[in-house]
Amino acid sequence: MSTPAGVLVAGASAAGLATAEALRRKGYTGELTLLGDEPHVPYDRPPLSKQVLAGAWQPERAHLRTREVLDALDAELLLGDAAASLDVENRTVHTESGRALAADTIVLATGVRPRTLPGQDGLRGVHVLRSLDDALALRAELLSTRRLLIVGDGVLGAEIAATARGLGVEVVLAGPQAAPLAAQLGPLASDLLAELHNENGVKLRLGAGVDGLTADGDRVTGARLSTGEVLEADLVVVALGAVPCTDWLEDSGLVLGNGVVCDSRCRAADGIYAAGDVARWHHEHLGSLLRLENRTNATEQALAVAANILGADQPYTPIPYFWTDQFDAKLQIHGVLAADAEVTVVEGDPAARRFVARYERHGKAVGVLGWNMPKQARLHRQQHLTTGGSR
Amino acid sequence: MKITVDEDKCCGAGSCVLAAPDVFDQRDEDGVVMLLEAEPAEHLRTAVREAADVCPAAAISLSEA
Repeated sequence: MSTPAGVLVAGASAAGLATAEALRRKGYTGELTLLGDEPHVPYDRPPLSKQVLAGAWQPERAHLRTREVLDALDAELLLGDAAASLDVENRTVHTESGRALAADTIVLATGVRPRTLPGQDGLRGVHVLRSLDDALALRAELLSTRRLLIVGDGVLGAEIAATARGLGVEVVLAGPQAAPLAAQLGPLASDLLAELHNENGVKLRLGAGVDGLTADGDRVTGARLSTGEVLEADLVVVALGAVPCTDWLEDSGLVLGNGVVCDSRCRAADGIYAAGDVARWHHEHLGSLLRLENRTNATEQALAVAANILGADQPYTPIPYFWTDQFDAKLQIHGVLAADAEVTVVEGDPAARRFVARYERHGKAVGVLGWNMPKQARLHRQQHLTTGGSR
Repeated sequence: MKITVDEDKCCGAGSCVLAAPDVFDQRDEDGVVMLLEAEPAEHLRTAVREAADVCPAAAISLSEA
């Protein structure tokens, strides 16, 4: 087993923390530094659009570890200072505050940042939701808002819509797809989601993209659709997906292309690895580059990176997995649910809103979706999907 | 080693069952984690650690009993 003299992890969220923890658990005793741009100790993001936004959890409940557990990690935790540039040859990260952090091995785990609309910056009443501070700021305004417009019909937009309805806010959800999450789930499940949102009072304004925001002075008043129609709102959330935080790496010489491009070992260059949302790596079983933005991947990829840093030389070939909770629906998605896949309900009944569906392409299972049947979905995953066998 | 689970945090991924099927299961009705062994035998230690690590909801805590 090779042992680096020092490891620096740029990014102190789920992937960064998991890398550091896995290194220690696997016996790494050298210097370890965790650099985070936010002032907060590492916290979990999935609860932000749900429990934290709803006010069911105090923000501390989303912290990934207690202070004692973090202390026991024996890592230098540098918070509130972002990575600003990377010198690949000298393996040194320069930070916003002027630090120069050199290490034998560097892990890039800087995540993603929300996409925004032109003219959004500086406009009051427009929010994104990525960080804990974003969630708290949105919650504060939601509590005195009558009409919320959510721009974006993906996982985040749909979850925020459900949470906001729970707070009694009028919600309009706008996006270009036929139903929320249509691209990820295909028609069966996304049509059911549309029904669920309708029943719960979310007004769906789908099938048209949003061209831009409307404003009165510096306060947002709504958004203009590609059809020319204007949707009025007191508050707007823009949930149009995210882009990898690689700006700081542009002069590094690393290959960037919708993320940090890595080999099958999640290695971007000698002694430099990437993990989590920012990493685009070669999935050997899929035979293509893949970048996953989900919580499970942040942890699993971090474990793979830690093992490879310590000499394991193993390809990272996960079965992708994500979940989403909206109103009373808990969805589990294992594998890749290609939009053109053939879908068979293998357990339960969609009419009862409790079922498992298997997705097949060319006669081979590529994914499993569970709707309020998490355990059964996992069992079907074990039966139908082999490791890395999402194709 | 002693395991505690936070049922409220559990998202039903079942990652823990995949990693340590002798120690974890899921409830049939809602998929929430079920602890089969709160203080598992020594030979299960590695699998249990992995289960706690891969839990996407950080719902599993370990302590040295």
